Amino acid sequence: MTFKTTFAAAAVLMTALLPVGAQAEFKAENPQCIAPSNPGGGWDYICRTTAKYLFDLGLIDDAMQVTNMSGGGGGVAFAHVTKERNEDNNLIVAASMSTSARIAQGIYEGATKESVHWLATFGAEYGAIAVDADSEYQSLNQIMDAIKADPRSVGIAGGSSVGGYDHIKPMLLAQAAGVEDVTKLKYVAFSGGGEAMTGLLSGSVQALSGDLSEMLGFLESGDIRIVAILSPERLSGHPDIPTAKEQGYDVIGANWRGLYMPAGASDEAKEFWKNAIQTMTESDAFQADLKAASIEPFNNFGADMDAYAAKTIEDVRTLSKEIGIIQ
Amino acid sequence: MLSNLGDGFLIAMTWQNLLLALMGCFLGTLMGALPGLGPANGVAILIPIAFSLGLGPTASLILLTSVYYGAMYGGRISSILLNIPGDEPAMMTCLDGYPMARQGLAGEALTLSGIASFVGAFFATWGLVLLAPQLVKIALLFGPAEYFVLFTLAFATLGGISSTNQAKSAFAAALGLGIAMIGSDSQTGSQRFTFGEIHLYDGIDFLIAIVGLFALSEVFIFLEHHKGGAVGNSGAMKIGRIMPDWPMVRRCIPTMGRGTVIGFIAGVLPGAGASLGSFLAYSVERSTVDPDNKTFGKGDPRGVAAPEAGNNAASGGALVPMLALGVPGSGTTAVLLAVLLQLNITPGPLLFQKNPDIVWGLIAALFIGNVMLLLMNIPMVGLFTRVLLVPTRILMPVVAMISFVGIYSITGSTFDVMLMVGFGLMGWVLRKLDVPMVPIILGILLGNEMEVNMRRAMTISDGDWSIFVGSPLAIVLWVVAIAGFLAPIVVGRVLRRKQAALSDEIAEGD
Repeated sequence: MTFKTTFAAAAVLMTALLPVGAQAEFKAENPQCIAPSNPGGGWDYICRTTAKYLFDLGLIDDAMQVTNMSGGGGGVAFAHVTKERNEDNNLIVAASMSTSARIAQGIYEGATKESVHWLATFGAEYGAIAVDADSEYQSLNQIMDAIKADPRSVGIAGGSSVGGYDHIKPMLLAQAAGVEDVTKLKYVAFSGGGEAMTGLLSGSVQALSGDLSEMLGFLESGDIRIVAILSPERLSGHPDIPTAKEQGYDVIGANWRGLYMPAGASDEAKEFWKNAIQTMTESDAFQADLKAASIEPFNNFGADMDAYAAKTIEDVRTLSKEIGIIQ
Repeated sequence: MLSNLGDGFLIAMTWQNLLLALMGCFLGTLMGALPGLGPANGVAILIPIAFSLGLGPTASLILLTSVYYGAMYGGRISSILLNIPGDEPAMMTCLDGYPMARQGLAGEALTLSGIASFVGAFFATWGLVLLAPQLVKIALLFGPAEYFVLFTLAFATLGGISSTNQAKSAFAAALGLGIAMIGSDSQTGSQRFTFGEIHLYDGIDFLIAIVGLFALSEVFIFLEHHKGGAVGNSGAMKIGRIMPDWPMVRRCIPTMGRGTVIGFIAGVLPGAGASLGSFLAYSVERSTVDPDNKTFGKGDPRGVAAPEAGNNAASGGALVPMLALGVPGSGTTAVLLAVLLQLNITPGPLLFQKNPDIVWGLIAALFIGNVMLLLMNIPMVGLFTRVLLVPTRILMPVVAMISFVGIYSITGSTFDVMLMVGFGLMGWVLRKLDVPMVPIILGILLGNEMEVNMRRAMTISDGDWSIFVGSPLAIVLWVVAIAGFLAPIVVGRVLRRKQAALSDEIAEGD
């Protein structure tokens, strides 16, 4: 037997051992997930959860390395991926509403929807407005009436900077309530939802704009009251929290959680990661994990995801122009 | 409450957990001692290990908090022996620890600081047990205006700390505050002084500044003088006895008490953390027992005991808001918070009711780890002091190597490595000009928080400055700040006329 035929035979044997289908052409090697933040944030959660389930479910053979690359509100990681790792087949990156909002507002320099390949969303967290348990405000209507009378009378804390998503949510509500200049709202920017919560509890501000999950512990302990959730309908887990919509303000605030990968990766790799993440979302353990983190199922894959990313970026851009954050 | 703690000890006292605590304490001490690697990185490095070992929530937390406490112990070692803080809260320990080592009291300084660390951490853990639910309410008294005054207090008391020249301290603090302004403005998201350089968008990591200013500038100074021999007095240095004598320890007991209380309170306040704890512990101690600057900064044992009790107490205190509010009080507790979330434990007001086994197991583990650390650190003092006998020509390249590897492993960016070299050069120049380093670091560390809290307060009050004196707490803080600022100037001026000879040794300690 010549060397060549040995090689060919081995190749045939190896192909036969691999599962049939799209995955056969691509196999993840030393995969990596970049969380564009320090440990502890939402992006970090996405990477660590994804890394855990992809490996536990046997979708990847090597353990996935999670790298925290903080900086520029995700901009450092975005630039790293587009400029230095554009053809990496084994890299996925955590993304959320903030990623698309920052692309829309031009915060990542030169970034467009096309700069990366949008892989999937696997969940969303709805925004909520809370007040202190002792607050004079009982409903969203009362808050909005006070803002209409004097936009500076209600201090609203949020975990994102001015123009960020926690600021956009109350501006949208005020717009729906008929406030003329929504940029007049008294928004106090804190570094993260936890700090914003202490701002509310210490009485420095009157209301809090954030994600529901950050508020649940304080809701159960009776420290705060949630006056509105920005979901299309009441959540099954919390049927007693009223939606903004039923109080007359048609505003939805969904902070999605998902992943992107380098635009220059091979089609086989893109297909592989899409399938792997889709399989992961079908696992009961993964869904239980999401539920524990108060993340509602919200799935987009492949072409759906591409269209969704385009739409969400366009929506934020239109909105930011309307309320004067960008020209 | 005590029965809860008993249950906690039952959980923590398994062979596996004890072994993990021992391993965590040892690795933590080592990481703390290495300049550049602090408690936050130490914990971050071990997270993947904890998860890949498949440890349960309690076991993982025991391992990681042992590393945390261990690193707080370890930080003092290189401060005392090399004048390079092993981590940022150990900065203040340099001021008197290094002079002690140069006087041949290295062994005593290490043992004494080990005892002070134990006292601080031990009582802070009791504070956590007894006060955690109530302390949350104190933290909530602090609104943006009060935080601003608190940070002002930190800067006001800075003058007397690291230099007898107030103007140079003020210059250094201003430099630090200026560096803190680099990066995106957390209020509006707009860029300041970044010149389109994406690596500057998040500002300058204080670790880079610390390693550059302290460690690398040391290397440059060495290159300049190009002398061999050991650190300090070229090989002639004595390690001295290991156990400090009883009068020295007794003199430090009230110091440790004050340091523990101050450090614990600083730790409880979200965002303040261990650095502020050790800093305030040192400055309060100095103005209490040595208002005329006679012995502090020249190797006073109390100047070693105070910051070490302070920073270890702060590390216990920082766990209070992290567990009870889900708001980390320091960088390391932010990392621990991430671990809790990863383990599906949501910190917050209900954690003590919902996951008592985890909370009390963790607290018991802290007690066990603390005893282990004390037992581990005292016999090993002899081993650590041997670092001093390593000739500088070997030690300095090692320091340089650790600095480069440490920074690169944390940030993974060559830009940050170059930045560190820049800080090293800056530190070298500033040392020649006798400008103290500590205010620079404090400015970088607290500058942003101070600024954003001021702006938050101004937003809340619609531009009315009276908000800064709007609460009794704020007024009390102002009074302390003004007193702390004026005391060293008034007292110091009178005394300095009498002791003109002092001026030669000004910047010795930083």
